[in-house]
Amino acid sequence: MQTAPAVETSALRKSYGNVHALRGVDLHVESGSVFGLLGPNGAGKTTAVRILTTLLLPDEGSARVAGFDVVRDAAKVREHIGLAGQYAAVDENLTGFENLEMVGKLYHLGRGQPAARARELLASFDLSDAADRLVRTYSGGMRRRLDLAAALVARPPVLFLDEPTTGLDIRSRIELWNAIEALVSGGTTVLLTTQVLDEADRLADRIAVIDQGLVIAEGTPAELKSQVGGERLDIHLCDEQRGEEAVVALASIASDRPFLEDGSVRVPVAERRGTIADAVRQLDDAGIAIDDISVSTPTLDDVFLKLTGHAAEHEGEEAEAQAR
Amino acid sequence: MTGLRYGISDTLVLAKRSLLRIPRQPDLLVGFTVQPILFVLLFVYVFGGAVGLALPPGLTYVDFLIPGIIVQSIVFGGFVTALGLADDLKKGLIDRFRSLPMTRSALLTGRTLGDVVTNSFQLVVMFSVGLLIGFNFSSSVGEVVAGILLLLLIGYAFSWVFAFIGLSSSSPEAANAFGFTILFPITFVSSAFVPVDTMPSWLQPIAEHNPFTYMVNAARALFLGIPAENNVWLALAWTLGIIAVFAPLSAWKYRRVVAQ
Repeated sequence: MQTAPAVETSALRKSYGNVHALRGVDLHVESGSVFGLLGPNGAGKTTAVRILTTLLLPDEGSARVAGFDVVRDAAKVREHIGLAGQYAAVDENLTGFENLEMVGKLYHLGRGQPAARARELLASFDLSDAADRLVRTYSGGMRRRLDLAAALVARPPVLFLDEPTTGLDIRSRIELWNAIEALVSGGTTVLLTTQVLDEADRLADRIAVIDQGLVIAEGTPAELKSQVGGERLDIHLCDEQRGEEAVVALASIASDRPFLEDGSVRVPVAERRGTIADAVRQLDDAGIAIDDISVSTPTLDDVFLKLTGHAAEHEGEEAEAQAR
Repeated sequence: MTGLRYGISDTLVLAKRSLLRIPRQPDLLVGFTVQPILFVLLFVYVFGGAVGLALPPGLTYVDFLIPGIIVQSIVFGGFVTALGLADDLKKGLIDRFRSLPMTRSALLTGRTLGDVVTNSFQLVVMFSVGLLIGFNFSSSVGEVVAGILLLLLIGYAFSWVFAFIGLSSSSPEAANAFGFTILFPITFVSSAFVPVDTMPSWLQPIAEHNPFTYMVNAARALFLGIPAENNVWLALAWTLGIIAVFAPLSAWKYRRVVAQ
């Protein structure tokens, strides 16, 4: 495994007129990892990907992909990347096979390679049966799989997936997730943008939360979740009247003050292991009967809400959409 | 040298892509076959009788029309480029191509080269129809070949005009409207379908100096053996001028459009 980061940006800025899409973004993506860029519409995710894939020049700052500067060595960068997702696309008037073969030729793969690679990818994305059909007859999920296959034709070490599952139904989404996971196990570095918190949570080793052109948090999914307060025991008592007594009894095992909510006692805990048993023992000693007890883990939705002050997917500015 | 070799192979790959589009889109296929044939037949059999009266003795309307209508068709042959580019921009395919290590100019040179092939096909269709309904070449083989080459060059020049239109349009539909409202009338105010001296006197100078008139007159001279005067050179100069202006202009527009 290489030691150089697969993607590194420093103080990246980009404006479209008055719209500041990126306001100084620093990213660091380790080789062989999956990095999730999470944010609402208009947060600057697509602008970042477009700069990293040499489609757009930054106004200020610098970025290196696979060790090459995206401005000075743009041609070298293009030899080492694949792009799929929201804006990359496939030709509807060609068959699946023709699309992949064409991309292989444009990557300048050796003689015979484009066709062989096209067949191989069609097979691994479960598109062999549709290989000779025009893409305009494909379903949305099939198109996205072909799009992802097209990004992989040259076995690029760094793969950019811009909202790869936007607009897909849940079944196609899971199929695509499986395909991405299979890739990563092969050592490809993936930078993935998404508005879907589950997607980042499921696929990414590290996540940067981006909002209004700035990275507002970064870490592993677990680290981000712990920023919102980590895990929590939810205890429902047989007798709700004894809530205050339970709060006092459980204070010694809590990482933060327990509180009452919706008739349950909520107990923030630092460590999941053993806490249920501890809680049961404490309440038993105090003579308080438990109706139900469970551990709840904060979701990235909670993280997002806490960090940005607004929920994901709803209040996204349409800055990028307008600028296009 | 590697750069040049890749430039050529990338252009050919994309020209092939542009050509594959035609048989797969029935409306385009109709545009390249049925439509020109229909126009030839309509003009010859509907207007031929009336217009024929205004022609110099010895010149039939079929002979007069075929070079004119071929110039018009070939000029619009580049339309595939405008539609294709506008479509690629809209669907995001341009981003895919630009993220590949291909020669970036191949996207434009591939399309315009593809047009040369479709234009050749159009020439075959239209000359065949013409010959079936009485058109005759009345010049030397050398002149006919020169005429065909001039037509292909004219078609190539207008591919660049259409590339510019396609890149300047927000959608394929807009490109269509733009092309037909601007270019279509200009091709009519020329010697393509009627002799210029039958037009009102105020319109005649416009028609006479319309570059389409030079091109049509040049084609007539080369296919029918009519004295060419300066028409062949003027047509060639205009054609090369259009390429010199619109090829760089399209390249510039392309860089601007994709940088957004």
